[in-house]
Amino acid sequence: MRRFLRPGHDPVRERLKRDLFQFNKTVEHGFPHQPSALGYSPFLRLMAIGTRSGAIKLYGAPGVEFMGLHEENNTVMQIHFIPDQCQLVTLLDDNSLHLWSLKQHSGASELREEHRFTLKGPPGSPPSATQITAVLAHSSREVLYLGTESGNIFVVELPSFKALEDRTITSEAVLQRVPEDYCNRRSCELVEALREHPKNPDQILIGYSRGLIVLWDVQNNKATHHFLGNQQLENLYWQKDGSKFISCHYDGSYTQWPVSSDNRQPEPLENLVPYGPFPCKAISKIYWQTTKNGLPYIIFQGGMPRASYGDRHSISVVHGSQQTAFDFTSRVIDFFIIFSSEPAAEFDDPSAMVVLAEEELVVIDLKTTGWPAVHPPYLASLHCSAITCSHHVSNIPLKLWERIISAGSKQNIHYSTMPWPIDGGTNIAPDPPQRDLLLTGHEDGTVRFWDASGVCLHLLYKLSTVRVFLTDADPNDNMNTLGEDEWPPLRKVGTFDPYSDDPRLGIQKIYLCKYSGYLAVAGTAGQVLVMELNDEDAEHVVDHAEADLLQDQEGYRWKGHEKLRTREGPVRFEAGFQPFVLVQCQPPAVVTSLALHSEWKLVAFGTSHGFGLFDHQQKRLVFVKCTLHPSDQLALEGPLSRVKSLKKSLRQSFRRIRRSRVSSRKRRGASGNASEVQEANAKFDQDTLQEMELAPVQRKIEARSAEDSFTGFVRTLYFADTFLRDSSRHCPSLWAGTNGGTVYAFCLRVPPAERRMDEPVRAEQAKEIQLMHRAPVVGILVLDGRSTPLPEPLEVAHDLSKSPDMQGSHQLLVVSEEQFKVFTLPKVSSKLKLKLTALEGCRVRKVTVANFGSCKTDDYSENDLAVLTNLGDIQIISLPFLKLQIRYPCIRKEDVSGIASCVFTKYGQGFYLISPSEFERFSLSTKWLVEPRCIVNMPEVTSNNHVHNRPGVENTARKSRNSGDYGEDERKSGRLMEHALLNDEKVLKEIQSTLEGGR
Amino acid sequence: MNRPHRGAAGSRGLGTMEVKSKFGAEFRRFSLERSKPGKFEEFYGLLQHVHKIPNVDVLVGYTDIHGDLLPINNDDNYHKAVSTANPLLRIFIQRKEDADYSAFGTDTMTRKKNVLSNVLRPDNHKKKPHIVISMPQDFRPVSSIIDVDILPETHRRVRLYKYGTDKPLGFYIRDGSSVRVTPHGLEKVPGIFISRLVPGGLAQSTGLLAVNDEVLEVNGIEVSGKSLDQVTDMMIANSRNLIITVRPANQRNNVVRNSRTSGSSGQSTESSLPSSTPNILANLLHGEEESDEEDIVIEDSGEPQQIPKAAPTTESLELLTQIELLHESTQNGFLPSSEMNLNHSAGSISMEFEVPDPERKPLEEDGTIITL
Repeated sequence: MRRFLRPGHDPVRERLKRDLFQFNKTVEHGFPHQPSALGYSPFLRLMAIGTRSGAIKLYGAPGVEFMGLHEENNTVMQIHFIPDQCQLVTLLDDNSLHLWSLKQHSGASELREEHRFTLKGPPGSPPSATQITAVLAHSSREVLYLGTESGNIFVVELPSFKALEDRTITSEAVLQRVPEDYCNRRSCELVEALREHPKNPDQILIGYSRGLIVLWDVQNNKATHHFLGNQQLENLYWQKDGSKFISCHYDGSYTQWPVSSDNRQPEPLENLVPYGPFPCKAISKIYWQTTKNGLPYIIFQGGMPRASYGDRHSISVVHGSQQTAFDFTSRVIDFFIIFSSEPAAEFDDPSAMVVLAEEELVVIDLKTTGWPAVHPPYLASLHCSAITCSHHVSNIPLKLWERIISAGSKQNIHYSTMPWPIDGGTNIAPDPPQRDLLLTGHEDGTVRFWDASGVCLHLLYKLSTVRVFLTDADPNDNMNTLGEDEWPPLRKVGTFDPYSDDPRLGIQKIYLCKYSGYLAVAGTAGQVLVMELNDEDAEHVVDHAEADLLQDQEGYRWKGHEKLRTREGPVRFEAGFQPFVLVQCQPPAVVTSLALHSEWKLVAFGTSHGFGLFDHQQKRLVFVKCTLHPSDQLALEGPLSRVKSLKKSLRQSFRRIRRSRVSSRKRRGASGNASEVQEANAKFDQDTLQEMELAPVQRKIEARSAEDSFTGFVRTLYFADTFLRDSSRHCPSLWAGTNGGTVYAFCLRVPPAERRMDEPVRAEQAKEIQLMHRAPVVGILVLDGRSTPLPEPLEVAHDLSKSPDMQGSHQLLVVSEEQFKVFTLPKVSSKLKLKLTALEGCRVRKVTVANFGSCKTDDYSENDLAVLTNLGDIQIISLPFLKLQIRYPCIRKEDVSGIASCVFTKYGQGFYLISPSEFERFSLSTKWLVEPRCIVNMPEVTSNNHVHNRPGVENTARKSRNSGDYGEDERKSGRLMEHALLNDEKVLKEIQSTLEGGR
Repeated sequence: MNRPHRGAAGSRGLGTMEVKSKFGAEFRRFSLERSKPGKFEEFYGLLQHVHKIPNVDVLVGYTDIHGDLLPINNDDNYHKAVSTANPLLRIFIQRKEDADYSAFGTDTMTRKKNVLSNVLRPDNHKKKPHIVISMPQDFRPVSSIIDVDILPETHRRVRLYKYGTDKPLGFYIRDGSSVRVTPHGLEKVPGIFISRLVPGGLAQSTGLLAVNDEVLEVNGIEVSGKSLDQVTDMMIANSRNLIITVRPANQRNNVVRNSRTSGSSGQSTESSLPSSTPNILANLLHGEEESDEEDIVIEDSGEPQQIPKAAPTTESLELLTQIELLHESTQNGFLPSSEMNLNHSAGSISMEFEVPDPERKPLEEDGTIITL
């Protein structure tokens, strides 16, 4: 019998499913959560960011990104690129070293871990003997110098990580020629910094934490110079010509030291406390960059006066008389300067400063006067203000796209016009197939418009709804305005600002009509704003209406927040989306559902009390419907979450303070800490286990009843032109689904366009369906005569969709958290259903209709339901027969916020938050897949790029495939000549002539 | 059961009603005044008289409009029988000592056809003494033990009829661990247990569930591998017709299987879970379709009505899909879940499935405990 065909065993359908569905997590958008290390390769022009969870991410030109994950999931402490190689070394907080390579594989580069290594000391030595504190990747590309807590420096071979014991630099050897009295005062202690001489690779500078600095000759294995610093050392930096270096200190000072062959123990040239004379915080890193005009750029992190500005996260840039202390919104993890990598360049000529702060990436243009910030094309801080909701719109018409970009560009005038300075690698991914917008609503009342078409999630435009309301904070109060003669010359940079003035401003629901440019946003205090895109600035009055959702219900008392106060009179709005109608729900509970019909010019909104329909053309409330159950008191009292969230934020800020204290002294006793933490964890686990045994978690099993709380909560609203009353005439209708499993259907009468302003829109309740299982209704959908979901408003008018089939009979699909049910229309009879919870124990969290195209043929596509369950699984369910097609595990079920944040696109992709600042993008479709595909080639130097292509050169025994690299100084060209000699005399001549020409 | 004289009966006046009474192999026909049916005792006497069995104690039953055999033992159900008889009142009389109580009942979806054969050939059943407390069908069931024949004796499958009661289900579940016998010896595995019964709740009042009973299945779905929250959701989703398979903490009150059940079902006594497929089947056949709650629709602010099933049933829809499959071979994916289970198991458990009904019924009867 056919009906006994085993499920999923129809080979044709199985094959088709393979052509349609495929699950991939493709790319992570946004800013890495808890970054812990930064690295940069001037050679590859790639930046690397390591995180506390052991992830490492490489970024170059927009679209060029790589990601790797350490198995250990330990914090990445340091990242060092091997000079002139496609390789990098990471140091984790478990003291392990990892070698990563970018290798080409089937046409694209991939980041892979090649080796791992943990330094082993002699038997019996304390762990601190091998605890790595400083790493130097030597320009010979053959060895790594590893400075340790014990003061010894170990040398390991690359890429094998073989320890070269005979080359170890012991602290005893270093101390041999140091004056007796200096020695007695301080032992070497840990190695703070290792720096290679810019001109002579045989000399390395070693800085010990107590202040002693030694220049070490690698060839002869002895110290040549001793610099007797008397301040606790933080970091070192060579000047370009190698005649001087600079050291920075814990007391907020920096010192210049001369290096010459005649004085083996020189005195400092200059010692300066830039923000003295009062005690200052440590300067933890310093750059000294030379320029043509002779005035150097001195760039240093920290050093602020301890008492008044000790809490600032600053980096100061000093260039002649110009001085700015960039004040970051969060702790600075690390920074680097992009300077001229021209080999023959005489000066550093810094062009940009790249700062990795804990919550954002800031790039400062050092070329342009005023040192403006550069707008990053990626690594956007999605969480500048906490994300409260998201909305995705696929396939934006070009016209709207351009208008949004133009509105956004007017907001970005204060950014530098400098092209993105980190531009390594080549993006070889095909152009995104369509223009997609991701809209995120934020706690501070803003909506951000992101270009979500490709790999780089890029901010296009930011919309603020705050102007409509009167809030405690005056919007003109600008924190940045500081007097001219302020000292220190602090300047706020960055956009991260998680502290909302008023939580009521939070955006909860967004609906954008891509055809008309109408936008509806709704917020925490029951506010619903309808906006229109305007290319010019404008000043106008926002029409204001109130929707009393309780109507005649009596005896209710709202204990929640008050509604927002509105601004009287005309308000000035910048170009972009400008509100023209404000509807405020009463009581001002959070708006839980929103629908906009741009063709009928209607907006519907729902809260925990009921729902309403507003005619935004005539600016008239059409009707409200109270959905409250009389016994539901909880819904009335309003959210108590405000108190809770205050508590939570207090707690978090305390935690933040504590954490920054712990991590400020970055590496002291890392191993000790780890074991302590483990112990504490183990104890905690044990305690919780005991607790569990005492009072086991239990769950009440009770049938849902009509009297349960929040049954009136409106979960979904839907406009449809369908057969609601009789099968001969279709009419506009509004559908609403509640938490208690009720579906309301209203028949609407919208006057024709020519009389649209003259006649009122009328609504009449036509149906009310009560699902007996009473599970919350999370989706309502009408399928046309061909069983295709009805098109969006204006979609047909724009010739982007076939007009719906109004001949055949329509069907109503109601999705509750537990079941999918199809009913006939206009007479409601149940047609089929799919039970989810009763059979699998999972519930629907998100559901969308998605169009899946076949990767084999262009002419086949079908609509299915994409469903995310509370267990984090994604299921694809066919329409209209409601058959489970495929299931993929996607999000961990414990990750409640990840599941809550998930948003599907119309073409089978989706996004969810993996941290407050990062979206994971995934794809269910074989056809619509956005993932990074890029290639990193060894850069070529123009003067002798043909050398690069010689196979003989590429196959030399040395690991330098990049013989095209010219190096930054003679040392490298010397090496290059060696290579050339081995291979080709003609090449040698050419190089020599180039070198001569350069001089 | 269509008789040729139906038309003749219909042609008579509304005042009288035709009665056709059967006792053993004998039929008697007579008529009654519909408007004045009299009392049950009179009717009982009349029957004894027409069948010439004045001193035989009998049970009187009639077939209602659905074809169910229902008892007549008091004035109320006698009047009901008379008022619903159309056009003919069919009466079945049994000797009390060989009466088959299981022939009565409303839950006769699966046995309808056998009603007659049971009555006509009472010899099929071995006589056995019954402790008659009352007629089961005089009460509304609130819970029952089901599928006793296919479950190991250590397990108990309990059905709670939430429908129509105001009593809360009234129990709590928790995580725990249970010991299983595996090929590698005893193994501790996580399990779900009943942690608390609410006094006065449905669960407690049945006496069929107890604290520390391990929950093995919910409506035929195994719970092993599912989290406490998942099982909670499953139970709530099925709360209208909840079937829980438990391993009672107290194994002394297990239903002792009748020895007559020779070989008709799996006699597994090991404590591991039985293969769940037959259980699912049994459940689906018992519960799923008939008891499934119907949604309610209010049209144009009128009266609430139950939402009917649309014309194409699931089965014909199934057919539809198949046809579509033939045409474009793009649609058919999985069959709906109920069918899914059925299909999976169709091959392997046909034996259990074809247990002849007469064999099964006494078994079920043994297992059914009716409480108020």
